[in-house]
Amino acid sequence: MHEAAPVNPWVALAYLVAGICFILALRGLSSPETSRRGNRYGMAGMAIAVVTTLATHHIASPIELAAAIGIGGAVGWMTARRIAMTAMPQLVAAFHSLVGLAAVLVACAAFLNPGAFGIAEGGVIFPVSRVEMGLGVAIGAITFSGSVIAFLKLNGNMSGKPIMLPGRHVINLGVLAGILGLVAYFTQDQAPWIFWTVTILSFVIGFLLIIPIGGADMPVVVSMLNSYSGWAAAAMGFTLHNSAMIITGALVGSSGAILSYIMCKAMNRSFISVIAGGFGAESGGGGAGGEKIDRPWKRGSAEDAAFLMKQAEQVIIVPGYGMAVAQAQHALREMCDKLKEEGVSVKYAIHPVAGRMPGHMNVLLAEANVPYDEVFELEDINSEFSQTDVAFVIGANDVTNPAAKTDKSSPIYGMPVLDVEKAKTVLFIKRSMGGVGYAGVDNEVFYRDNTMMLLADAKKMVEEIVKALD
Amino acid sequence: MDFIAILSIFVLACFVGYYVVWSVTPALHTPLMAVTNAISSVIIVGALIASMAAGQEVAKWLGLVAVALASVNIFGGFAVTERMLAMYKKKERPAAAKK
Repeated sequence: MHEAAPVNPWVALAYLVAGICFILALRGLSSPETSRRGNRYGMAGMAIAVVTTLATHHIASPIELAAAIGIGGAVGWMTARRIAMTAMPQLVAAFHSLVGLAAVLVACAAFLNPGAFGIAEGGVIFPVSRVEMGLGVAIGAITFSGSVIAFLKLNGNMSGKPIMLPGRHVINLGVLAGILGLVAYFTQDQAPWIFWTVTILSFVIGFLLIIPIGGADMPVVVSMLNSYSGWAAAAMGFTLHNSAMIITGALVGSSGAILSYIMCKAMNRSFISVIAGGFGAESGGGGAGGEKIDRPWKRGSAEDAAFLMKQAEQVIIVPGYGMAVAQAQHALREMCDKLKEEGVSVKYAIHPVAGRMPGHMNVLLAEANVPYDEVFELEDINSEFSQTDVAFVIGANDVTNPAAKTDKSSPIYGMPVLDVEKAKTVLFIKRSMGGVGYAGVDNEVFYRDNTMMLLADAKKMVEEIVKALD
Repeated sequence: MDFIAILSIFVLACFVGYYVVWSVTPALHTPLMAVTNAISSVIIVGALIASMAAGQEVAKWLGLVAVALASVNIFGGFAVTERMLAMYKKKERPAAAKK
C-alpha cells in the first residue's frame, strides 16, 4: 500500500522477537516464582528493540542522544531505587504520564518531519498515517494530562474529593466529538492547525475526565490510564509500522482494560459510572449518615486486643489503605510473628480494591516480608471468617461493610465484601469514630456486639499491641 | 507492511494480551502495572527515529526529549518491578500445611 522505506526482514524479525519477549514478561507474572525471569525477558526485549533501531539508522547527533538516554535513565533508576513502596500508586501514575507525553512528542515529531518516518511522499502524509498519528497524539495527550491529575490526587497535592464542574458531561462529550471530528477531517486536509488543535483539546479532555473522580475510584483510574498508555504506543506502532510497538501496545492496552474491569467488578460499579465520576462526593449517602453515630459501640485497648489474639486459634488480618497511610505494614508483620510464636494461625485477606491500585496491599505486605502464601484473595478466604476467632481490620472500612450485602439503599450495595462480622471477634483499628470510608457510608460492623474498636493511628496501635504481647 | 497486515498483528496481540493478563495472579497486579509501564516505553523506538533524523531541528529536539522521558520509564519501570518482585517470598517452612 505504502511506498515506505523497504523493510529489512531481519529488522522486522528483531522487532518481532522483542514483542515476544514482552509477552513472556507478562506471562512470567502468573506466579511469583517465575516473575523475576519474566522481568528479565522484558528488559531483553527492550534492549533488542533499542539496539535494532540504533543499528539501522544513521545517528545524526550521537552526543545529544547519549545524553538524553543517560539523563533519563539515571533519573528513572534513582527514582526506582528510592521510592517508598507506599508511594507506588503515585509513581505508576507519574510513569504513565511520561509515556503519554513521549507519545505526544513522537507524534509531533512525525508530523513535523514525516519523511524520517517514511510516512509521506513529497511532504504529503498518507491519509491512513494521519488518522493513526491523530489518534496517537490524542490518546497520548489524554494519558498525560489524566495521569498528572491522578498523580496529584494520589500524592496528596490535590484533594481526593471529586471536583464537579456544572454540565461536565456535555462539555466532555462535546470535546471528545470535536477531537474525533478533527481527526477525521485531518485525512482531508493536512493543515497544522488541525493537528495542534487535536493535541490541545486532548490535553484538556484528559484533565476534565479525571478531576471529577474521587480517591476511592483511583484503582480504576490508574488501570485505565495504564490501558491508554498502551493504546497510545499501539497507535504510534501503526504509524511507524513497527510490530514491537504494536504487540506491546496491545498487551498493555488489554492489561489495563482487564485490570479496570476487575476493579469495577470488585466495587460492583459499571465502568461508565466510574468515568462519570462524583462517587463519594455526597457525604453520608444512602441516609446512613449522622444519626447513627450515637449508637453504642465498644472501645478496646491494645492490651485487650493482645489478650484476645493470644487466645485465638486463627486470626485473619484485613488490611486497607489506612495501613499504607500509617506505614503500619512492618509493625503488623512483627505483631503476626509474635502471634505465630504463640501458636496462632495468621492469614491475610485482601480485597481487590483495598488500597489505591490493583495489588497495592500485596506489595506492602511483601515489603514487610510477609510470605505471599499467607496472603489470600477475597473469594479464597471469605468462607473462613466464620471459623475464625479474630478478624483484625487495619485501615480498611468500606470493603468490610455488611450493608453491601443487605441494604439496597446503600451506595455500595452489591459490592463483594469481606465477611469480617462472622468472626467471633472483630478488632477494628480506626483513627476516630467520626470519619466514614470513601464511599461516605457508615459501617454496621462498628456497632456490633462482637466488635471492639481500637481508636488510634494504625501504626501506633499495632506497636502497642506488639508490646502488650510480650 | 500494509495496513491489513499490521492490523492483523494488532488484533492477534490483543487476544494474546487478554489471555496472558487473565493468568496473572492478583497478588502481582502492582508489578504488572509497573512492568507494562516499562514495556509501553517501547515508544522510545519512535523517539529514537525522530531524534536521529537530520534536517528538521524542532523534530529532532522533540525526539530527544521523548527519548529522555521514555528512558526514565524504561530504567525506572524495570528497576522498580525488579525491586518489588524481589520482595515476594514464600514461607520459610515449606512443610507447614496450608489447611
